[in-house]
Amino acid sequence: MPESSALTKAIFGRLSWEAFPLHDPILVGTFVVVVLGGLGLVGALSYYRLWGYLWREWFTSVDHKKIGIMYMVLGLVMLLRGFADAIMMRLQQAIAFNGSEGYLPAHHYDQIFTAHGVIMIFFVAMPLVTGLMNYVMPLQIGARDVAFPFLNNFSFWMTTGGAVLVMLSLFVGEFAKTGWLAYPPLSGIAYSPDVGVDYYIWALQVAGVGTTLSGINLICTIVKMRAPGMSLMKMPIFTWTSLCTNVLIVATFPVLTAALALLSLDRYVGTNFFTSDLGGNPMMWVNLIWIWGHPEVYILILPAFGIFSEVTATFCGKRLFGYTSMVYATVVITILSYLVWLHHFFTMGSGASVNSFFGITTMIISIPTGAKIFNWLFTMYRGRIRFEAPMMWTVAFMLTFVIGGMTGVLLAVPPADFVLHNSLFLVAHFHNVIIGGVLFGLFAGMSYWWPKAFGFRLHPLLGTFSFWFWVIGFWVAFMPLYALGLMGVTRRLRTFDDPSLQIWFQIAGIGAVLILLGIVAFLAQIAYSIWKRDELRDTTGDPWDGRTLEWATSSPPPPYNFAFTPVVHDNDAWTDMKRRGYVRPLGGFRPIHMPRNTAAGIVLAGFSTALGFALIWHIWWLAALSFVAMIAAAIMHSFNYRRDFDIPAEEVARTEAARTHLLAASRA
Amino acid sequence: MSTSTDVRHHTGGGHDEMEPAHGSFRGYMIGFVLSVILTAVPFWLVMSNVLDDNQLTGFAIMGLAVAQIVVHMIYFLHMDGRSEGGWSLLALTFTLILVVITLAGSLWVMYHLNSNLMPAHQTRQMP
Amino acid sequence: MATAIPAVQKGEAPVFYLAEEHAHPEGHSTPLGFWIYLMSDTLIFAVLFAIYGVLGTNYAAGPGPRDLFELPLIALNTAMLLFSSITYGFAMLTMVQGRVVATQSWLAVTAMFGLAFLSIELYEFHHFISIGATPQRSAFLSAFFTLVGTHGLHVTFGTIWLFTLMVQVARRGLITANRRRLMCLSMFWHFLDVIWIGVFTFVYLMGMLR
Repeated sequence: MPESSALTKAIFGRLSWEAFPLHDPILVGTFVVVVLGGLGLVGALSYYRLWGYLWREWFTSVDHKKIGIMYMVLGLVMLLRGFADAIMMRLQQAIAFNGSEGYLPAHHYDQIFTAHGVIMIFFVAMPLVTGLMNYVMPLQIGARDVAFPFLNNFSFWMTTGGAVLVMLSLFVGEFAKTGWLAYPPLSGIAYSPDVGVDYYIWALQVAGVGTTLSGINLICTIVKMRAPGMSLMKMPIFTWTSLCTNVLIVATFPVLTAALALLSLDRYVGTNFFTSDLGGNPMMWVNLIWIWGHPEVYILILPAFGIFSEVTATFCGKRLFGYTSMVYATVVITILSYLVWLHHFFTMGSGASVNSFFGITTMIISIPTGAKIFNWLFTMYRGRIRFEAPMMWTVAFMLTFVIGGMTGVLLAVPPADFVLHNSLFLVAHFHNVIIGGVLFGLFAGMSYWWPKAFGFRLHPLLGTFSFWFWVIGFWVAFMPLYALGLMGVTRRLRTFDDPSLQIWFQIAGIGAVLILLGIVAFLAQIAYSIWKRDELRDTTGDPWDGRTLEWATSSPPPPYNFAFTPVVHDNDAWTDMKRRGYVRPLGGFRPIHMPRNTAAGIVLAGFSTALGFALIWHIWWLAALSFVAMIAAAIMHSFNYRRDFDIPAEEVARTEAARTHLLAASRA
Repeated sequence: MSTSTDVRHHTGGGHDEMEPAHGSFRGYMIGFVLSVILTAVPFWLVMSNVLDDNQLTGFAIMGLAVAQIVVHMIYFLHMDGRSEGGWSLLALTFTLILVVITLAGSLWVMYHLNSNLMPAHQTRQMP
Repeated sequence: MATAIPAVQKGEAPVFYLAEEHAHPEGHSTPLGFWIYLMSDTLIFAVLFAIYGVLGTNYAAGPGPRDLFELPLIALNTAMLLFSSITYGFAMLTMVQGRVVATQSWLAVTAMFGLAFLSIELYEFHHFISIGATPQRSAFLSAFFTLVGTHGLHVTFGTIWLFTLMVQVARRGLITANRRRLMCLSMFWHFLDVIWIGVFTFVYLMGMLR
């Protein structure tokens, strides 16, 4: 390879042919599969002439329902990548005994566990949670869209831009090898001079902007756009948890933004925030990142709690027990989540007084969650329970999450944590609560609201397979990790010296395979349900005898959601309407004011992603150009004053008449 | 929807929930004069070493800063309990609580970490 | 929600939908949304203040506040920003009265004060760097440049936004959308002055007291 000339460096920065990992068979193989799959997808889209449709109906859409679905697609695609990382790690750890180095060299393994964490938190859990809130919440409050529809589109594309950067790191350059929270000094320029940590920084900065703006958007939607009569204490619980989640988002992502900016200054400019010399303090990074990190996990779990509340009430045929205490518990969790962060680094050395304070607050924060569990149980008591898929996921959550929560309270005791910090016990704990809590909640939510979004149900049998594989697989994969952690095994290890531990890792590997089958069954369920959608059709809009306003609309809802804005009188507004003689209006429709589609979101996010890529590779001219293009595009967008239009009354009438016809046919 | 016809709606000056608050000339002047005083005094205290006690001066200028921030909030940002149905004040209060937690928490935690872990010669004042 | 709910008559099913409704006025969520954005920005600055608080005495045997800060210059800077706040306030008053030319004039004056503030700040930064007090020299200087510089960057973006709005007001007049935008910039501008109160107090004045 000839030395890069000054010109090559000026044009390409530090990007060179060496950035492409041609020597790594796993990556080359993955690349080939991705390229073939990508070509297949592009080919199919071109053959069926779907590009225009995709652009007009989806990519430039400002409809919260379309954006919600796109978030879910992003999250599910990234789940496959994040899970591939997991299977690779399980395999490595199951075989790397008795002198074997396994099949993954250290520099590759370290990227895998880093990418696994980053992807699962930022590009699976966050998009799935945001997607569900985006889709469901406006319908639940009787609104026609979110407060800032264009910003919603922009937020989605920024999240996608971050995901693109992470995925690019697989084939161009490499990813960070620091773990998902990139502690300095390891993540500083001295010890990670390569592009990996830069990919990490810019992927999260781009996605983080999207997330923060989405938080502002959804808060304003809930505060300003509720249907008349829906006071705060008449909102569905999922809307309450959405409000608190988005408050957490707005209140905590700025800390991540600032911390990442400081790290990037250390790396690019040579400042001394987190260096070991010239006055820097790496421990301050740990402090800041966990001030963000703890509220982040509540951002993930609160929507799941909301989903469980909706599902439990619906599938037990009863009003949720203890609505008021549920609301208070949610708000208390929101506030307390800012007072526990140090429990993530008890062992860093702040001493007994600081550790005791945070240990106590951590134990206190488990109490409101416990109250919620009791409320769900009391809702189930003497209810008429229907074990459809969402309810099955809910019961599995109650059993699984409670165990994880208890191990959390155990870890909250500083002396215990001194033994268990960074062991596999910790890894088992957080997977226990994230999978048992967040993921099971997302599956419950997806199976619950799928008919609403697509107009047909998911096939029950394949869903049951997926459920059992996931639940059994989770327990088989993670209980061994609790045992290993108690025996003293550290996290993130690539090889092991003690042969007596191998059997535990092998069992965990089997669990991972079961989960893989669960994922396969889930994808098969989706594909089969789409194929058989006519037989699984939901024509009523209310397949579960739901209790909240989203079930008042057709499945899927029309673009404008409600032909007439609902008026709310009680909690469980739709149940109230059904009970008290609501008659669907058949005439008197009016034009409905709606926002226009726009390309500004995807364009701006595209420039942001290009800026991130340029900064990663030190391609300064591209960075400057992208930055200027971003500012120019934003200013140009601000000169567009024609951002909305009216759906004519006749079109509303036609849409509603079609629904009337469908409802009559379903009753026949 | 709203173009040139809406100019007329705002000259009435009525304050309903939808109309963002705006000030009066008197309000801005009061805020300005107070801000000038609350800026000049701390600069004077520090530059002329009036109180001769650094810690006392420190508390004084912090208090004056808080006072000036409140003046800005009331007279320039028109903060009150009614704007946006009370949500503005709620958001501000919540944010301020978090700012205090972030600042106080970080200082407390880092002070303990530094004294427990940093090399001895660095825990004393650097030159 | 201001829409009146029709009362339920005895024996009738309650009214479950609005037959007549006014759509939310365009931009009615914008003031709250922008305010919440400012709260998120406050938290970014809180982190930068926290970093300054934790690392601000780590001079690494390099220059400290007493070696560098010139309080008369900072007093002048503070005055520039404070004047820009009051002139923006005047712009808002003339905006409410619908006076385009007066509003544009006050906006232009505000921009002048803003640019003066930035020039003085850039002069100060340039001076520090020229004598070796660079952001790379010590954690104190890293924190100083980042906190003060981030504030300055916000003022820069605010000024660009101000010029953009002046063009938009010139083209379309003081329509509702432009008034809404001027309101948001007003909040932004005053917010930056609030942050500056924190900066001159904690960085410059307290720095001289150490």
